[in-house]
Amino acid sequence: MTKENIVLKYLRKEMDFPNVWCPGCGHGIVLTALVRAIAKTGWTKDEIVMVSGIGCSSRAPAYLDFHTLHTLHGRAIPFATGVKLGNPKLKVIVITGDGDGTAIGGNHFIHVCRRNIDLTVILFNNNIYGMTGGQYSPTTPSEAYSVTTPFGNIDRPFDISKVAEAAGATFVARSTAFHAAALENYIYKGFQHKGIAIIEAMTQCPTCYGRKNELKDGVAMMKWFKDHSISKAKFKKLSSESPESIDPDDIVTGIFVERDDIPEYIESYQNIVNSLLNREG
Amino acid sequence: MQEKFILGNEAVVEGALVAGCRFFSGYPITPSSEIAEAFSRELPKLGGVFLQMEDEIGAMGVIVGAALTGHKTITATSGPGFSLKQETLGFASFTEIPCVVVNVQRGGPSTGLPTMASQADLMQSRWGTHGEHPIIVLSPSSVQECFKYTITAFNLAEEFRTPVIFLMDEIIGHLREKVRIYDETEVEIINREKPQVPPEEYTVYKDGDKLVPPLASYGTGYRYHITGLAHNRHGLPSFSSETVIKLSERLHDKINKNLDKISIYNEFFMEDAEIVIVAYGSTTRSAISAADILRKKHGKKVGVFQLVTVWPFPYAKIDEFNSMKEIVVPEMSLGQLRGELEKQIINAKEKLIGVNRIDGYMITPDEIIEKTLRGVK
Repeated sequence: MTKENIVLKYLRKEMDFPNVWCPGCGHGIVLTALVRAIAKTGWTKDEIVMVSGIGCSSRAPAYLDFHTLHTLHGRAIPFATGVKLGNPKLKVIVITGDGDGTAIGGNHFIHVCRRNIDLTVILFNNNIYGMTGGQYSPTTPSEAYSVTTPFGNIDRPFDISKVAEAAGATFVARSTAFHAAALENYIYKGFQHKGIAIIEAMTQCPTCYGRKNELKDGVAMMKWFKDHSISKAKFKKLSSESPESIDPDDIVTGIFVERDDIPEYIESYQNIVNSLLNREG
Repeated sequence: MQEKFILGNEAVVEGALVAGCRFFSGYPITPSSEIAEAFSRELPKLGGVFLQMEDEIGAMGVIVGAALTGHKTITATSGPGFSLKQETLGFASFTEIPCVVVNVQRGGPSTGLPTMASQADLMQSRWGTHGEHPIIVLSPSSVQECFKYTITAFNLAEEFRTPVIFLMDEIIGHLREKVRIYDETEVEIINREKPQVPPEEYTVYKDGDKLVPPLASYGTGYRYHITGLAHNRHGLPSFSSETVIKLSERLHDKINKNLDKISIYNEFFMEDAEIVIVAYGSTTRSAISAADILRKKHGKKVGVFQLVTVWPFPYAKIDEFNSMKEIVVPEMSLGQLRGELEKQIINAKEKLIGVNRIDGYMITPDEIIEKTLRGVK
């Protein structure tokens, strides 16, 4: 018996395939997790708006049969904010990357976390600028090689989930392209969350990152995710019992923040509107 | 109709509300902040949306995104903020998303003269974003015109599916005058065309031979893609020569073939004029005073031509001024408007007289009179 591929139901028929992504890229896995999470919600295609910036990950929405808005480098979050405020009934999903979301769009990223508006942000983190040919990004590890760090990266990387938490996000989770089922689950939980949800999806770029850093293909990079991911619970345990056993390069995965004690922005705004309308009426 | 005694900046808000705008996003900047402040007071009372964003670029993204949900949207800024909005303005022009962007010009370049006036963003309002794109730019010369032409700005944005720039200057923004506020039943209000076909037949960038295809709002059953990449009729990326050329031609044609609707100007004392003063914005006021004095005291037949629509530029109209003895061009810049007239005026060096100030102060009628009497030297 062949199982129905739920993803096919959501592909846009006017779009030319194959997609723009390289062989071995992890973005297709992340997108599949995202679409499967959408399928679980029961939302109709017509109530979903998918907004992206510029970069490899930001090309994703064009393949999907929703309202899709491919904007400017770093600006997906403001456009999405406008859509959501313009029609709060719409389910607004932001697709961004590490460069798009935390370098050129970093200001919007921290402020949308603080604002706690009801958006779901899926940040594809592949530690590199892929579309422009492999320059180092705010999440490229120290000492890693890229086309603009030929002698090794002297910058320190962002931990995006920690940035989101510090900026006040009310839902923050991270998983990897290897852990696609967990990723799907976190995205689904992000959809259910009232307020800003940041889901950091670690994804591999063998073409631009792997080839410069001794990870020769997508499989090698997926294997790296498998070997170097550590659950939040295990990380906590090891931190107290044997901190020396933790590799600083390890990726901690899990749901880091999930709180419902912070008012959602549009609800707060609507409260003001309602009180003014009552006063007038 | 009711009368109010308000600032130009506040009259913009009055006009926007009458036009049906219920969505503002902006970022604080002098000398436009009164616009944001008034919207923050008024919009919540009407169930509308006010959002102060973390930066100018963000505010511009917000109004373009919100426009796709069917809202008429507006932002307001000045010099440095206008520079920051340019990339998104190009996006809105290329993707044909209506919105209104107010630039209350202040002295530049850079931080410049934040509290003083300028008209040095004339070229930026036309060419500030990269690439070749159509744009509509209106400029008011009084508080009444701030009200009136803000409504026009929304009407043109909606009718032609384009961003419209409302190019004010600090003098007009901070000028307080009596203004007649009409309600929406007393003025013409244009709303964007909605698709008449079922969703499966709808394409966001093509509807037969229409220069302006209808724009469906998000959530109404019509799903489509929008991208800043070159795009086909579905809005999907396409780099084929044919698609790219057709798109650019249509974008320019929708403006250039509708100049009768878009090009707005006002004429004063022009019937028998032998000398014309060409002006826009606050400078128009000094030009009218100067013309009046030149006629009464000096016997000169002087008229005033005020550009309300500064872009697209009214080249055909300017061509008529080749019959004038002199063309006087007062502007708070080193000659951006004069430079555009030079393209159309034969023997421009023998006819065009610039009256220029760049120190943040208004050009006075006396300065225009003196230069007009002195003639071309």
